Amino acid sequence: MSFLPKSRKARRRLAAVAIAAPILAASAALAFYALGDSVSFFYSPSQARAASVPAGRTIELGGLVAAGSLRKTPDGGIAFVVADHRDQDRVAYQGELPDLFREGQGVVAKGSFRPDGVFQASEILAKHDERYMPRELVKALKASGEWRGQAQTAVNGQ
Amino acid sequence: MTAEFGSFALVLAFALSLAQVGLSAGGRWRGSAALSGAGEGAAAGAFICTAVAFGCLMFAFVTSDFSVANVAQNSHSAKPLFYKITGVWGSHEGSMLLWCLALTGYGAVMALVAGGLPARLKSSAVAVQGGLGVLFLGYTVFASNPLMRLANPPVEGHSLNPLLQDPFLAIHPPFLYSGYVGMSVVFSLALAALIEGRVDAAWARWVRPWALAAWSLLTIGIMLGSFWSYYVLGWGGWWSWDPVENASFMPWLAATALLHSATVTEKRGALAGWTVFLGLVAFTFSMLGAFLVRSGVLTSVHAFAIDPARGILLLGILGFAAGAGFVVFAWRAPSLAPGGLFAPISREGALVLNNLFLAAATAAVLFGTLFPLIRQALSGDAVSVGPPYFDRTFAPLMAAVLLILPIAPLMPWKRADLKGAVQRLWVAAGLAVATAVLTFALARPGQAVTALGVALAVWLIAGTLTELVERARGGGAKVGDVWRRLSQLPRGAWGMSLAHIGLGLFILGAAMETSGRIEAAKVLGLGDSMSVAGYQLALGKVGSVDGANYTAERATLAVTRNGAPVCKALPERRFYPASQQTTSRVTICVRGLSDLYMVLGEPRTGAGGQPAWLIRAYWNPWVRLIWLGPLLMAFGGGVSLSDRRLRFGLPRRAAATAAVPEPAE
Repeated sequence: MSFLPKSRKARRRLAAVAIAAPILAASAALAFYALGDSVSFFYSPSQARAASVPAGRTIELGGLVAAGSLRKTPDGGIAFVVADHRDQDRVAYQGELPDLFREGQGVVAKGSFRPDGVFQASEILAKHDERYMPRELVKALKASGEWRGQAQTAVNGQ
Repeated sequence: MTAEFGSFALVLAFALSLAQVGLSAGGRWRGSAALSGAGEGAAAGAFICTAVAFGCLMFAFVTSDFSVANVAQNSHSAKPLFYKITGVWGSHEGSMLLWCLALTGYGAVMALVAGGLPARLKSSAVAVQGGLGVLFLGYTVFASNPLMRLANPPVEGHSLNPLLQDPFLAIHPPFLYSGYVGMSVVFSLALAALIEGRVDAAWARWVRPWALAAWSLLTIGIMLGSFWSYYVLGWGGWWSWDPVENASFMPWLAATALLHSATVTEKRGALAGWTVFLGLVAFTFSMLGAFLVRSGVLTSVHAFAIDPARGILLLGILGFAAGAGFVVFAWRAPSLAPGGLFAPISREGALVLNNLFLAAATAAVLFGTLFPLIRQALSGDAVSVGPPYFDRTFAPLMAAVLLILPIAPLMPWKRADLKGAVQRLWVAAGLAVATAVLTFALARPGQAVTALGVALAVWLIAGTLTELVERARGGGAKVGDVWRRLSQLPRGAWGMSLAHIGLGLFILGAAMETSGRIEAAKVLGLGDSMSVAGYQLALGKVGSVDGANYTAERATLAVTRNGAPVCKALPERRFYPASQQTTSRVTICVRGLSDLYMVLGEPRTGAGGQPAWLIRAYWNPWVRLIWLGPLLMAFGGGVSLSDRRLRFGLPRRAAATAAVPEPAE
């Protein structure tokens, strides 16, 4: 094995690299593999339409809860409409809404479109701060001309 | 007047920090003890002034002085006194002042208490700590002064977010911040050591107590935050890989790696460069945490008091401090004395492997946390990275860490016999395999991951106990001797074992809770009942109650098991008129280590037009271990800190001998 370095120190260093490199390479590979289906994209209703998101793909749908659209059934089913300036989507959800959910206010729903075009949410993003809006939502609302400033949105909901 | 006095004290603290940098740096270069002493005095002064400013803000909150903008936005006269006090750090400005208080506090302790440090190293460290003080106090004074007055004070305050009005969250920031900022001392000592060009066993000994204290406090801080989100948010989750959670977890991981690599540097004089690097990284992650949490640059469910404009400033501070640190590192690290060589099969070899995996795990968390920013910058797509990414990257890497964890303490320093160490662990390995098989057979549809988690936890706990017993027996001692020997083990050894057992308990709890959780939700009218995990919940009545600053709807649920009463649950839905917000008050029936967790939902119209309520109930098996484990880890840190070898001042004597690697314990 003549290609191995002569000095003891260099050999040790080589051994260290030989052990460390596979671990780091494996974890990098792991990270990229895991990233594949853990990334979910954010769309507002009109962006989702423009991108023609296929049914079944998990995305985050964000917009304003259309006033007067909230319906609840005794079995715990919830339906409401998420809208941006140009478009809107019907959302169905089974479970409890976050305490801060209100009509006229921003919301982010995680889930996928059903073949019939209704968005089936598996999770409604709970925001702990009443003055807080997800950044993507602010951006999407600004892009669609729906944005009326942070403070005003909070007032609208009350 | 108090607010103006507080502002003045804050400016004075900023000026004293500037003086601290100048005087200590001067003392270092001129070799003047008088200048260095003055620098230390300035450090103490900066702390006292920051404390005065903090006290003034607290006074304004307690007296509900709504002419102070921060009080008007975050307090309310009807709020209970306790939450008026904790409201001080409920806002962006207040929390940054708390950060400064911790930063100058650590600086003062380092300047005045830490004896035994060589004069030049100490002056450099005090100067660097002063520099950090200048950055953060400057930010507080010029961009985020919490003591600003309002021209037209309102009659009543806006109140604190009701979700934050909780005893656990109230004490969560002080612990978290003392943990975050404790890393600043490690950062200063690391930078000072680079400037002095000397990183040796003695240096590692000085760093360890600070790292240990900060790590313990951070552990408690994260644990409190997790417990809060578990029982306040009403969905029973304790960790969701949210950016804000990751922000607190990354410094913890870096500090954990640092504690282990510092041991190697201390005992064997090796890994000096890596330990210094981790010291810089740990505080960089702390600052990154403050930036991520306060700037709102990442979408988080836990985002509070965000302000994007000032976030840029925080990013600037982070870039400057970390940049300076790493530039000095790149410049000086090659000139550090090369560390000792060591055999791969030895305790230090195992600790290096532990550090490799911990570093890889930290990098995976960092990458996942920042990926949305990277993606946004590259393609403009708004994306979020979900928990599956973290489960799939972090969990396998940590599993590797856990696998080697019990083996390392059984291996001596320098050169070890891997076979011998593994042989002594056969009982632990047998137990782990047996429980894995048992869990796999008994748990719901053969969950391999749960079995693996439980097996790792048992392996860790049993392996750690084995090591304790081995130490005590030391080659066949009598039973009475074992007890005596155990009590004579150094506190450091006890601390390590307790922390490792705590980690094992945490993993056991996490594995059991994740797979064994049972969830049920049903709309109940009065007199209706539902069942979850063998418990029957009957809705007795729903009444209204008035709190100090809220009104609530309270349900009475009688919980029974096979007809025998278990507990009476009173979950509430609270409405806070001041902020027009509704929150849920969860009720938890503690059943040993497990929780029966109940939430009262919105009123609905039930069958036949009768009023009804959605009741959600969760059975969370062994969930208590998720918090008891970290508590034990932090306790282990405290025990280790009380080891007389680590006490301040003592390193002076030890320093002379530490250069010679110590014999294996």
